[in-house]
Amino acid sequence: MNPIPLTARDLAVSAALLALDGLLSIGLSLGLHRAMLIAAVRMVVQLLLVGLVLRFVFAAHAPLLTLGLLLLMVAVAAREASARPAQRLGRLVMFAIAGAAIGSATGVTAILALTTALRPRPWYDARYAIPLTGIVLGNVLNGCSLTLDSLLGGIRRERAAIEARLALGHSFALATGRLRREAMRRGMLPIINQMSAAGLVTLPGIMTGQILAGLDPIAAVKYQILLMFLLGGGGGLAAIMAAMLTARRFTDGRERLRLDRLTAAQ
Amino acid sequence: MTEARETPRLRLRGLRSAHAGPFDLTLAAGEAVTIQGASGSGKSLLLRMIADLDPSVGDVWLDGVARTGMTGPQWRARVRYCAAESGWWAESVAAHFAMPEAIAPLAARLALPEAVLGMAVSQLSSGERQQLALLRALGDAPAVLLLDEPTAALDPASVARVEALLDEHRRAGMALLLATHDPAQPQRLGARVLRMVDRRLCPPVLPAMPA
Repeated sequence: MNPIPLTARDLAVSAALLALDGLLSIGLSLGLHRAMLIAAVRMVVQLLLVGLVLRFVFAAHAPLLTLGLLLLMVAVAAREASARPAQRLGRLVMFAIAGAAIGSATGVTAILALTTALRPRPWYDARYAIPLTGIVLGNVLNGCSLTLDSLLGGIRRERAAIEARLALGHSFALATGRLRREAMRRGMLPIINQMSAAGLVTLPGIMTGQILAGLDPIAAVKYQILLMFLLGGGGGLAAIMAAMLTARRFTDGRERLRLDRLTAAQ
Repeated sequence: MTEARETPRLRLRGLRSAHAGPFDLTLAAGEAVTIQGASGSGKSLLLRMIADLDPSVGDVWLDGVARTGMTGPQWRARVRYCAAESGWWAESVAAHFAMPEAIAPLAARLALPEAVLGMAVSQLSSGERQQLALLRALGDAPAVLLLDEPTAALDPASVARVEALLDEHRRAGMALLLATHDPAQPQRLGARVLRMVDRRLCPPVLPAMPA
């Protein structure tokens, strides 16, 4: 069974729906149409480029090239995650926190899957390593960015409460414990929702793609289950790391609340 | 420099930050000092620096022990700052106190509602919050209390009750450093008066009244 090929016209028709969203945004003063347009154009350009790059890299069979591409993907994800929150620490600090959280969570998850469940030969074969890293990265990025946003905003909002506890002699860890847990929860919630709704509310993307591409549904489901576990595991790791690294950055050796390190996004 | 016979309770030497100071100040056990000065003159900055909530350089001692020998939380457990805007981290009032039952008689002394400990923080008036924050700060008998306009939101009768409570703690040996806009408060508290001008401490315009 072969996939049904898509033409440029098919894609243009589906874009009309997004254009409708844009009009609604203007009509309802949501102020999202500009961001939506930019995001849509970026998505198309990025995906087309990626398709070309992947074709090239898969054919090259060069591990260093694969590694370079993976690192680039992590760097771009870290930049995205660090640019989204409304409240920010310094640009480089945010990038370092997001990079450490996303990079390590994705790396651990992808290597585990490639060396145990999927086991391509060699295990770092670009045809497996890159798409797998990509899908894990997307979810981990989302979780990390939500965690950062929640924690940065929460610490700013709860300044008086945190400082009241510090002034009473409570440790910084105790004073920010609830906010850190809330931020981790917020980062992990999407994947938990995704797992509990999988198959009932939505047919997950990978599975849908594989079924549309002609694969047997049960084989597609097994892949999806594997991926959900990987995404849940990776997302959780990234959320916890992002929250811990960010909280650390808000304090110093005297366990003060260093809100002076926070800057609002322009 | 003449030292008091006893080790001062709190001593600052050259305490400064990028925004205020340097400050030199000595408080004896059982002494009260008020700081007056325009809003934005640096009163809160000084109190926060002493409590080690804002970074600063210079020396601070509590009963002769340097601040650098204690962790931040250890220091703040003894040198207690109580902000002008009180902070609350849980919904119920009782959750903010280590021993809520021990607070009840003090709350009654301040004429707070009898059921106040069972209430939600959101149900309290700003004056009630301020008084409860003060009780919370006094809870484990700190050595030094740094108060930032503690009676700003209170009616005169409540102010008198709060001052009586502070006076009692001061007589028991607590040193009190208090930022205030109330010109009569220093006299009522038997306090030495200092003025904050342009983020520096100076003596009052008129000599303080003889004690």
